[in-house]
Amino acid sequence: MRIGIVAESAVGETRVSATPSTVRQLLKLGYEVVVQTGAGSPSSYPDVGYTAAGGRIVDKNTAWGSDVVLSVNAPGDDELSLLASGATLVSWLGPGLNPEMVEKLVALPITALSVDTVPRISRAQTMDVLSSTANIAGYRAVIEAANEFGRFFTGQVTAAGKVPPAKVLVAGAGVAGLAAIGAASALGAIVRATDPRPEVADQVRSIGGTYLAVEVDVEQSSDGYAKATSADFDAAAARLYAAQATDVDIIITTANIPGRRAPVLITSEDVASMRSGSVIVDLAAANGGNVEGTVPGEKTLTSNGVTIIGYTDLARRLPAQASQLYGQNLVNLLTLLTPGKDGNLVLDLDDVIQRAITVARNGERLYPPPPVSVSAAPSTVAVQTQAPTPQNRSFSAGARGALIAVGLAALLALVSFAPPPLPQHFTVLILAIVIGFYVIGKVHHALHTPLMSVTNAISGVVVVGAMLQLAIDNPVTRIIGGVAVLLVSINIFGGFAVTRRMLGMFRKD
Amino acid sequence: MTDVTAAIAAAAYVVAAILFILALAGLSKHETARAGVVYGMAGMAIAILATLALVIEGSTWAGIVILIVALIVGGTIGLIRAAKVQMTGMPQFIALMHSFVGLAAVLIGWNGYLESAPIASDLVGVHRAEIFIGVFIGAVTFTGSIVAFLKLSARMKSAPLVLPGRNALNIAALVLFVAVTVWFVITPALWLLIVVTVIALLLGWHLVASIGGGDMPVVISMLNSYSGWAAAASGFLLDNDLLIITGALVGSSGAYLSYIMCKAMNRSFLSVIFGGYGIAAPSKGAAEETGEYHETTVVETAQLLANATSVIITPGFGMAVAQAQYPVAELARSLRSRGIEVRFGIHPVAGRLPGHMNVLLAEARVPYDIVLELDEINEDFPGTSVVLVIGANDTVNPAATEEPNSPIAGMPVLEVWKADDVVVFKRSMASGYAGVPNPLFYRDNAHMLFGDAKVRVEEIIRVLAETGARVTG
Repeated sequence: MRIGIVAESAVGETRVSATPSTVRQLLKLGYEVVVQTGAGSPSSYPDVGYTAAGGRIVDKNTAWGSDVVLSVNAPGDDELSLLASGATLVSWLGPGLNPEMVEKLVALPITALSVDTVPRISRAQTMDVLSSTANIAGYRAVIEAANEFGRFFTGQVTAAGKVPPAKVLVAGAGVAGLAAIGAASALGAIVRATDPRPEVADQVRSIGGTYLAVEVDVEQSSDGYAKATSADFDAAAARLYAAQATDVDIIITTANIPGRRAPVLITSEDVASMRSGSVIVDLAAANGGNVEGTVPGEKTLTSNGVTIIGYTDLARRLPAQASQLYGQNLVNLLTLLTPGKDGNLVLDLDDVIQRAITVARNGERLYPPPPVSVSAAPSTVAVQTQAPTPQNRSFSAGARGALIAVGLAALLALVSFAPPPLPQHFTVLILAIVIGFYVIGKVHHALHTPLMSVTNAISGVVVVGAMLQLAIDNPVTRIIGGVAVLLVSINIFGGFAVTRRMLGMFRKD
Repeated sequence: MTDVTAAIAAAAYVVAAILFILALAGLSKHETARAGVVYGMAGMAIAILATLALVIEGSTWAGIVILIVALIVGGTIGLIRAAKVQMTGMPQFIALMHSFVGLAAVLIGWNGYLESAPIASDLVGVHRAEIFIGVFIGAVTFTGSIVAFLKLSARMKSAPLVLPGRNALNIAALVLFVAVTVWFVITPALWLLIVVTVIALLLGWHLVASIGGGDMPVVISMLNSYSGWAAAASGFLLDNDLLIITGALVGSSGAYLSYIMCKAMNRSFLSVIFGGYGIAAPSKGAAEETGEYHETTVVETAQLLANATSVIITPGFGMAVAQAQYPVAELARSLRSRGIEVRFGIHPVAGRLPGHMNVLLAEARVPYDIVLELDEINEDFPGTSVVLVIGANDTVNPAATEEPNSPIAGMPVLEVWKADDVVVFKRSMASGYAGVPNPLFYRDNAHMLFGDAKVRVEEIIRVLAETGARVTG
């Protein structure tokens, strides 16, 4: 089958759906690859690079007329009309936000796959274009902020005086947020991060940020995204943001909720409380913005000197990187769709990933897909409401105490009335047991097997008894004693030898 | 037997006893463990030499010759066996060794009856009772250890034997023992001694035969304990404090290990001895499928590992069965050389012997400081990239913490499912020893890699080596 890499016609688009390196991988899957002339030039991939990789440079009609068409943006009407009957379109279609597009695709005799709807399950991570794009956006947000910010990010002590480090607040520690935290802390800033999901705290710390918890309980989400949160939580979060706004120099907000308007995190009062020269980057600008006063696609300066960046094209501002990651996501997706590695695309709608991305197939509307649950809880069928039956037949505290008392009383009676030398023997026995428990209790768990073999060797001390019986002048006891000595010698020598052998194997790194 | 020699021997016994205590104390840490064994050997040498001096003074040449020959023959057999035994075969080796102590205690008891040495009249009854107790414990240890040995070396089916009224049988044996002992104290007769020996042999056989293979860590430590008590009983019989002290040390050591093992299974000692999971296997609907499992491949697993920052390997008895410890250690080394943090998480009852996994990993030259215990590692699973479950099942079963009605509810388990990804090496979808279905396999972050663990791990190492340059870059 032939894969067509088309040039993007959307205004301001700089990316391309394949790079020379991903074209090479597509060829390995058995496909023929054609590239529309000039498709890669906005992202610094000239046509010669594709030719060298094994692709063929073709005109627009040929590229759009391929069996499989890869693009970054949803095609325009003229481009849709170029699609061949039975073709497969793989693109960022955004079916949730773009129902008219879905209708147009259903009307055509094609298969439409939307890469932005892969489920958030581990197996699909390699195809997750949202993550790739968010990663780029998070990084670029820091670069844009640094560009506008009139100071260093890192603290320095110079001959001309001390420079304090910049303070950065990142709202939302998803993929974009984590990328922003990493980039900002790599530049030397003090980075703080908020997120309604407390489980991300460790991830924030691992890349150099400080996690600011909002002290309200939230539910764990089941689809991998943070859920819209309760009123209590919002109030607590608002207080946190208000307090941070007066302190930090840079705020980067990343709170997007799929298919909904982005929540407002930073109010106009918060913005007004910030120092002049501060910078806000709103990564949710396209969905309405997390900041009051964001203008999508624009950079604005407030009356108190705060710059608000609402660019919606951050990924397009790193076109070479964005194209490479997007192209690699598509290669990973096509690997899944090409089980035979023979250049034949096979769509298996029983697979959750393939089902989730399929928007339309030969006039059949397949969006929205059935829900996929990420952290599937085990079925609760087996759980009944009856009280757990205790497996332990352990004694209650009272019974235990009584048993100990009875035991001690029996010991007392035994020792007081037993004829000598029994009392001494009992004393020795009890003391040795006590010592044994204390000594053994400290033994390292890894040495339990050597402990068993050494105690086994030591219990061979019964040889002493057998030896003493050999002194008795009686043939029968001599033979029996001899057998006992022989058996126990195996224990003593074998036990010590094998323990030494085992201990010799243990080594430290 | 002169008084001087006897006095010196008694003093030597005290020294030997102290050395034995130091030996066990030495084993508490890796750094001192080897010194501990040296203490133990010194103690044993002193005890044997002191006794030898007593025997040489008090015996005819015949006794001395038998003694020397027996020591040399036994010692040689022991050294050869110790040098040859496989580390995977350590459980059955130790079980067999326990049986020797048990049998020796029986023989000493019999000799105690046969020797008919002069005894103070008020001690005659006590002496007879001591003979019986020594023989009884020794015989139970003997047959119990033999059965454990047969089960562990797969010469006997490891499934529990279920006789009708088995607990009643055990209790009847104990009652009979007490009755026969009383009878013997009043009127000693050889046939009573034979009866008690037979009862004890049968009881030992039945006790261990009715316990399943997975409970063997408890059984082995229990037998270890019994062999100690058998030695202590011989000490009472022979009026020898060294035997009492040593027997008590070994007895309490085995009891403590049994306690740790039982705690690790959240069961009481009695419930292990008098009935296992094998019997109370879940018959209710809990055994039904709980979803769909995800099968993975060697290549995917290798990719997962190559992209990981931290990996925890949790081995179980299956690793020993597949003899996979060498490839597993090799995999750990290869991942560590890529800068990936690799650790091992050991459940206390993994394997068939307390600490068995540690010995196997040590044999494969895995440094012991990356081999951690349940309590040490359980908090680290969240944040770990990949967990490899190799031949473990019940010890990583989330049902233990999440399903209050599960037969293993409350048992501490390695919480592997909290890691980002879990790869389970398994032969098939069968349940573990406890017969409890494992919902781990149906989790979204769990990937099943079917096949022989050794072969699979070797394949992963090969894939990692081939793709080394690419994935590290």
